[in-house]
Amino acid sequence: MSIITPHGRTGRRDLLRLGAAGLVAAGTLPGRVARAQDFAGKTIEWIIPLQVGGGSDTWARFHLPFLSRHLPGHPTIVIRNITGGGGINGTNQFAARARPDGLTILGTTGSVQFPYLLGDPRVRYDYKAWAPVLAGPTGGVLYIRPELGVRSVADFAKLKAAQGLKYGSQGPTSLDIVPALAFEILGLDVQIVFGMQGRGPGRLAFERGETPIDYQTTSAFNAQVMPLVREGKAVPLFSWGALNAQGELVRDPNFPDLPHFAEFATAALGAPPSGPAWEAWRTLFVAGFAAQKFVVLPKETPAAILDTYRAAFARTLADPEYKEKRAAVIGEYDEVTGEACNRAYAAATNMSDTTRAWVRDWLLRRFNHRM
Amino acid sequence: MMEALLSALLALASPERLMYMALGVGIGYAIGVLPALGGLAGLSLVLPFIYGLDEVAALAMLVGLVAVAATADTFSSILMGIPGSSASQATILDGFPMARRGEAARALSASFIASMVGGIVGAVILTGAVLVARPLILALTTAELFMLAVLGLSMVGVLAGRSFAKGVVACGMGLALGTVGAAPATSEYRLDFGTIYLSDGLPLPVLVLGIFALSEIVDLARGGGTISQTAELGRGWFAGLRDTLRHWWLLVRSSAIGSVLGAIPGLGGSVTDWIVYGHAIQTEKNGQFGKGDVRGVIAVEASNNAREGGALVPTLFFGIPSSGTMAVFLGGMTLIGIEAGPQLVTNRLDLTYAIIWSLAIANVMGTGLCFLTSPLIARLTVIRFGLIAPFMVMVVCFGAFNTNRDLADLFLLLGIGALGLLMRRYGWPRPPFVVGFVLAQPMETYLYQALQFHGWSFLLRPGVLVIAGLILICVFLGIRQRQLAEAEDETPRAAETRRAQALFALVPVVLFAAVLADALRQSFLGGVFPGGLAVVMLLISLPLVLQIGFARNPPGGLLHDAEVQPDPELGGFWTYLGWVAGLVALAALIGFFLANILFFLAFLRRAARCSWPMTLALTAIACGVLLVSAQVLVLDFPAGVLQAMVDLPWPLR
Repeated sequence: MSIITPHGRTGRRDLLRLGAAGLVAAGTLPGRVARAQDFAGKTIEWIIPLQVGGGSDTWARFHLPFLSRHLPGHPTIVIRNITGGGGINGTNQFAARARPDGLTILGTTGSVQFPYLLGDPRVRYDYKAWAPVLAGPTGGVLYIRPELGVRSVADFAKLKAAQGLKYGSQGPTSLDIVPALAFEILGLDVQIVFGMQGRGPGRLAFERGETPIDYQTTSAFNAQVMPLVREGKAVPLFSWGALNAQGELVRDPNFPDLPHFAEFATAALGAPPSGPAWEAWRTLFVAGFAAQKFVVLPKETPAAILDTYRAAFARTLADPEYKEKRAAVIGEYDEVTGEACNRAYAAATNMSDTTRAWVRDWLLRRFNHRM
Repeated sequence: MMEALLSALLALASPERLMYMALGVGIGYAIGVLPALGGLAGLSLVLPFIYGLDEVAALAMLVGLVAVAATADTFSSILMGIPGSSASQATILDGFPMARRGEAARALSASFIASMVGGIVGAVILTGAVLVARPLILALTTAELFMLAVLGLSMVGVLAGRSFAKGVVACGMGLALGTVGAAPATSEYRLDFGTIYLSDGLPLPVLVLGIFALSEIVDLARGGGTISQTAELGRGWFAGLRDTLRHWWLLVRSSAIGSVLGAIPGLGGSVTDWIVYGHAIQTEKNGQFGKGDVRGVIAVEASNNAREGGALVPTLFFGIPSSGTMAVFLGGMTLIGIEAGPQLVTNRLDLTYAIIWSLAIANVMGTGLCFLTSPLIARLTVIRFGLIAPFMVMVVCFGAFNTNRDLADLFLLLGIGALGLLMRRYGWPRPPFVVGFVLAQPMETYLYQALQFHGWSFLLRPGVLVIAGLILICVFLGIRQRQLAEAEDETPRAAETRRAQALFALVPVVLFAAVLADALRQSFLGGVFPGGLAVVMLLISLPLVLQIGFARNPPGGLLHDAEVQPDPELGGFWTYLGWVAGLVALAALIGFFLANILFFLAFLRRAARCSWPMTLALTAIACGVLLVSAQVLVLDFPAGVLQAMVDLPWPLR
């Protein structure tokens, strides 16, 4: 019953999906385009390659009623979680099976983008074969324990001299590569301790005093760390930042008073960050945060169907109910569709060969990790 | 605080909200009764519906579902010997023998009352936790968490059954299999053979179903007849109530342990019931544990309901789910716009208390529902087993592949099933195997992290020393228990098949050798835990093989073969596993749905000797159940070669 129609009634799976698919395929012929855009009576599968209840799943379930409401014909949409390999398995399956009929869509996230960018041999998908119709950003804040005596970048020398900095990480190629690269760029001597089963346990290690430095994504930071900040048990140093419409790194709209990472690094190092580590950080930051979530369809999907999806998401983003309720799930970030989405997609899914080679070499040097 | 408690109760008492709670209770009940599906599957089911509900109603529904699933999953544990969910495995050890003795009613009634009390204790502890949970949970660092894992492991002594050495090796096999997948310290893949499936590690639900359920089904099918050997339910409804009241102190202890262990994030709830079960064995006098002692049922069932209350503590106050179920619960909270965390208690105390009340009320509701329906469901035990067997095989397969939704789940189920069957036959205890498997990952992770964070001095932390003291007490109590266990009779003539038994004892040796070989290819941090484990286990298991095969006077309990004098009435030892293997092989060829139809037709006609109308009717029912469940859970059945070649419509694809 994971099926919702706009009226909240339970829908039925279309047993004649094969026939329907045939119809839609026929509908792609010139002159039949209009039929292809109407999803009345259809069932759309939204593949989420991660667990029920996780961040991506919750994000998709939040979007689901809006998408159903704003697609012509108000199709039934079901979320299918195909897990395994941290998102690689379900994404591989989408790549192998999805037809260009607009009836199967994929929700991807940073942990699906990273193995692709870093050249994980288990990846059988190619972002170049897909067309994005929605991009969703998030952000993150790095914070430290007050005992370090560091309040802002002005105290950077103290931070650099601090002994025994430790960071609880989920793994060398997880989203936690972004803070690890940040430490590298800043020249901080931080011992990375792996094996955290998510950012939550990482935060717990911080609260217990085992790690004096940690980061959380925006929603977790607001809900879990802000109370600590108010109690004086945590000091936020900088946010990762956000991308503006021109694709430039700017302050995170959720944290206008915090410097973004490049600002912090510039002040700390005396010059804007540059070099391969910075290139790597920037791409992985975009793929992991600034443009973390995408909805994609196969690239061969007829333009009319892609445009129907873009229009539906555009209407979602303008929906007053969406705006009212998005805070808990998405935070105060503007999701985008259309041109802005395509730009974000290009930035999040392209890494130059030299940067990739540098990252792989760095993983080997720094963590003895071979992809 | 009292005021907030009362106003939360009033808020909950609206008819609409109670209705949603009842809905949650109903779904939790249905999902709980189905073997192998627990609260996780139930929550995934209702998640699409909670969007737009009012906060209290949605929470009441979610909590109601989780609470009741933990009560209702007793049905399959007791009546069929199939763990109702991977979190209530220990119930089968005593509950199922009771059902076979014709005491299903007594076992069920004791377990429902125990569940209810456990659930309410969990709610009470949660109430107190609102005030004190934070500092307590923060006091447990990785060092203490590692020691708690060791405490869990120390239960192997009492769970080992007649041969301690075999218990240790069984536990070692579990630990070894638990290290498959990404290494916590380095993310290197161990024994994954290049597959994504194994790189995630072996799934616990499949392992539990294979090791316990499959061998039970095979055994029952061989015997023919009915589950209840007396073919009656017994009139033990009041006896069960009396049992529970008489053992009230055990009930309270088990509930308290369950909720406290449940509240510790990162320990893995699945080990709680084994710790509680071990505790019952250690502390109760004149136990007949494992042979149908009602105290085994009471302890475990009280603890697994109490645990759900405990598990809400880190979920609500830290936003950290302590189990898969709680992860989905947390996702549900986000969807209705509630963010868990410290501010939930400070700003939304009303919601926190509404959750607690829901937990208590739902436990009472659920117990009522279980009592009302159990006479009906208990009738399963007096139906000819040949008719139930194919359904049970189907349900176990379904439960197994619902975890990863991969054909490999079925192959793993079959492999572990064969292992379980042989372990049972040759007297290798299975609970230590599961305990080892569950604890492998937390042990390795927390040991590595504690060393990184604290160095070896972590062993001198006060919390660590306290837990070390507890471990010593457990070991001491366990030694006393061992003397009793090893004094039991040996199977007569077990020595006749000692060559075969020695051959089977080579299985763990081969496993440990493979783990060692793989560990040597990894970096130091990636290989040290499995490698060290394998070396120790090889030193224990190799002499064991020799002792079993050649020793002149092997120690008591070492030789065991349940099949030396098989009952001539019974079917062959491998016959029914062969049926399951046939189903799995067929599924690999033509997909699970079609394979299941053929399996039903063939099994009912040939093995159960049903008439054609009966066969067709039961097959149709099976298809209906499968289709509805798959539709509801949005899953495709595992596909075979046929599906890879031809594009078929659902449900055939």
